Amino acid sequence: MKVSDLVEKLELEVYSGENGLSNLVTGGYTSDLLSDVMGHASENQVWITLQTHKNVMAVASLKDLAAVILVKGFKPDADMEAESNTHNIPVLGTKQEAFEISGKLYGIIGKF
Amino acid sequence: MNHFRADLHIHTVLSPCGDLEMSPMNIIKTAVEQKLDIIGITDHNSTLHGPLIRRLGKENNIYVLTGAEVTTREEVHCLTFFENDKMLGIFQEYLDFHLPNIRNKPSVFGYQVVVDENDNIMKEIKPLLITGINQSIEDVENKVHELGGIFIPAHVNKQLNSILANLGFLPPGLKADGYEVTGDVADFLSKHREFSGATILKNSDAHQLNFIGKNHNIFEIEQPDFDEIKMALHHINNRRLTLI
Repeated sequence: MKVSDLVEKLELEVYSGENGLSNLVTGGYTSDLLSDVMGHASENQVWITLQTHKNVMAVASLKDLAAVILVKGFKPDADMEAESNTHNIPVLGTKQEAFEISGKLYGIIGKF
Repeated sequence: MNHFRADLHIHTVLSPCGDLEMSPMNIIKTAVEQKLDIIGITDHNSTLHGPLIRRLGKENNIYVLTGAEVTTREEVHCLTFFENDKMLGIFQEYLDFHLPNIRNKPSVFGYQVVVDENDNIMKEIKPLLITGINQSIEDVENKVHELGGIFIPAHVNKQLNSILANLGFLPPGLKADGYEVTGDVADFLSKHREFSGATILKNSDAHQLNFIGKNHNIFEIEQPDFDEIKMALHHINNRRLTLI
């Protein structure tokens, strides 16, 4: 499954990193502690978070994540958006809370 | 150059987690007992005990850095200090504006009270002070420096409410005047090379009287004042700070 498929199925907003919409998605990780994501997220996962700091994109790049989904209508900070474009990792958005969007994502791709 | 003992991270009874004994007068008395020369008053998201403790400190020959321990939007704790009551007041307005209005539940978090020098309760603060304000760590850093203040990310290596836990690593471009470390500093520096060359502080983060001064730093400066302390943090004019 590609990031663009998720955008369509979960009706997500695309804020930045459009060049990464064809990134492969194999799972998801939900956390707001960047150190936790650095330690435990895996390649090609979609990261669900409320953090809008630019460090999010550095961590996403480090872990080769497919995309980031911001919850509750949060929008990326300007420098986060710029980093997303640099790394070709899309920042997506939803008005839903982490619990709901994580559940829906799990329903679509399951756990790998 | 003279040596001054400094503990720059002390909570008062105003912090919900601060012990009820942590009144301005008791803090100054304990600081005198602990032979501290400089203390920092850092309640969660509030500066309201600063002016009184600054005055009590002056009467007891203790230089008081007044400010707050701010919780940023990323839930990172940062120590902030301001030179005078005017700058402190402006920063208090900034905190009031950006603090979400979530009512404190004293039975869970503890009381948030402002007291006078005789420990009489003057005011109870209703919004919960430990939540994150609606400003990023960079926003807070910019505001503090705009007001000529000092900005020190707190306990950067703690598992929670720290730069390293919450933001993974040091955000590039953040202009800190120093970093507070918890535990073994040599061990920390060996694991985090990005902090080598930075000014490192160790403080007590006291919430109870018997913790005041448990960790402290030595400022090598001419006399304890705001500019001298700033110079020491940046190793200017032979001023410096050493750890115990």
